[in-house]
Amino acid sequence: MRPRTALVVALLLALAVALWLFQGLGPGNRPFVLGLRATKLAALALVAASVGMATVLFQTVAQNRILTPAIMGFDALYLLIQSLAVATLGTVGFAMLPAGAKFAAETLLMTAVAVALFGALLGRAAPEAIGRTILTGVVLGILFRSGATLIARMLDPNAHAVVQAASFADFGRPAAGTLGWAAAVALPAMALALALGPRLDLLALGRERAVSLGLPHRAMVLVTLALVALLTAVSTALVGPVAFFGLIVAGLAHALAPGARHRVLLLTAAALAATLLIGGQWAFERLLGLRATLSVVIEFAGGIFFLALLLKGRIR
Amino acid sequence: MTATGIEISGLRHAIRGTEILAPATLTIPAGRITALIGPNGAGKSTLSRLIARIEPPPAGTVAVNGLDVATTRTGRLARELAFLGQHTTLASRLRVRELVAFGRWPHCHGRPGPEDHAAVARALDDFDLAPLAGRFLDTLSGGQAQRAHLAMAVAQQTPWLILDEPLNNLDLAHARALMAHLARLRDAGGSILVVLHDLNFAAAWADHVVAMKAGHVVAEGPPEAVLTEDRLSALYDTEIRVGTHGGRPLVLHHL
Repeated sequence: MRPRTALVVALLLALAVALWLFQGLGPGNRPFVLGLRATKLAALALVAASVGMATVLFQTVAQNRILTPAIMGFDALYLLIQSLAVATLGTVGFAMLPAGAKFAAETLLMTAVAVALFGALLGRAAPEAIGRTILTGVVLGILFRSGATLIARMLDPNAHAVVQAASFADFGRPAAGTLGWAAAVALPAMALALALGPRLDLLALGRERAVSLGLPHRAMVLVTLALVALLTAVSTALVGPVAFFGLIVAGLAHALAPGARHRVLLLTAAALAATLLIGGQWAFERLLGLRATLSVVIEFAGGIFFLALLLKGRIR
Repeated sequence: MTATGIEISGLRHAIRGTEILAPATLTIPAGRITALIGPNGAGKSTLSRLIARIEPPPAGTVAVNGLDVATTRTGRLARELAFLGQHTTLASRLRVRELVAFGRWPHCHGRPGPEDHAAVARALDDFDLAPLAGRFLDTLSGGQAQRAHLAMAVAQQTPWLILDEPLNNLDLAHARALMAHLARLRDAGGSILVVLHDLNFAAAWADHVVAMKAGHVVAEGPPEAVLTEDRLSALYDTEIRVGTHGGRPLVLHHL
């Protein structure tokens, strides 16, 4: 990545943050407004960095540039687990759970299931078996989503509303109660991903070369998948599932920093994601007065980007 | 570490009940170029991949210079043997120099020192890659990419080099240059196991030949003992004539 590109990315991010914090700040209760804005800014930045990094990590494990955790059903798995929790505990029981414990339990359960399922799928798959990997992942995603829907249908309307609210992306929602817990999970996960950067570069060479160069390949795949699951749990818990956002961000990061090392790639993806999300949410909240939803636009643009990748034949 | 060769004992491999490699027990000598020959599906690649621990730990044991590949840490083995397989497509976009530099990972773990840079530069020179060092791999021809991968394996500077059909895609000049380079490595004390399809490269350059057919090791020994008309005709199920050239067998398989 050229220094100038890095500078532009950093400046755009700074601009988005500044706009978010200081634009239209009236003479009234400034500390209160700033505090409110800063909390939401932290939540958006955390979600953005989580989605961006999770996607880059997953694409490296899967050896594929069009797969994302969302397409493979990671977030659907989180929703399924949440629906199951509502179904077994009831709305009141669900609401009574302390936010931190609930989040921790859901995240741990999801990580365990994701690592078991996708570890079996990706740990052994040869590079030529990528078609099978994609197909299995997409089918698993549908399975999780259908499972969540099925449970939602069996619930009484009140419980259904609770599940429903969690099933659609809403960037205006960041749940303040879980923000601290989410940060406690996401920040160490991101730090570990960056620390593993050089090993991720090796992982990206494929199993044969990675093993030959002395990387404990299977362990590395499982650790990376666990990081993907943790980061996806964080973003889904905070704003709900975002299908194509990660794809846009990872695609842009790869385009801006061709052949870059993973440390650069992860940071670029996180910065781009934060810029898009903060800038986009600012535009929709303050300029358009919430007349449209950012998630819809992002999904729309992401869908087109996904098709463009498919048509360019970049299924590698 | 003493170079004791690769000791293979009772090694077998099966995929869904189909036997790919019958129980094999043999020794591949250190300090030699050993050629692994045989028809398609003989189990040559499987054997080389099992030795290089690319496939999951099999039944039987493989010890490289006394290190059991099933129990030795993979990072330690990466300083004992380098492996180059047949799949040379990459998911990530890399420059030639970056790929070759990965060969130094077992020694520097991502923090290259002066000797690592020197080893990379030497490997690039050895394979005529210096003018291409800044190019992305996906802009190279098949033969140029193959040379980049060979340079990476050589840059690993391991006592053992295991190559699965390294002559794939190479033009005749680079094919000969590669074999000459392997001979230089051997003269410097290195050990090489190479899967070869062109019998004349085995005849001209190998010190030891192992012939495989249908998962069985059917013959091993010096080239003049293995590359005979009777043995080769039986090995490939077709009549093959063998002449001599410069004191070594010359296989006339194309006539």
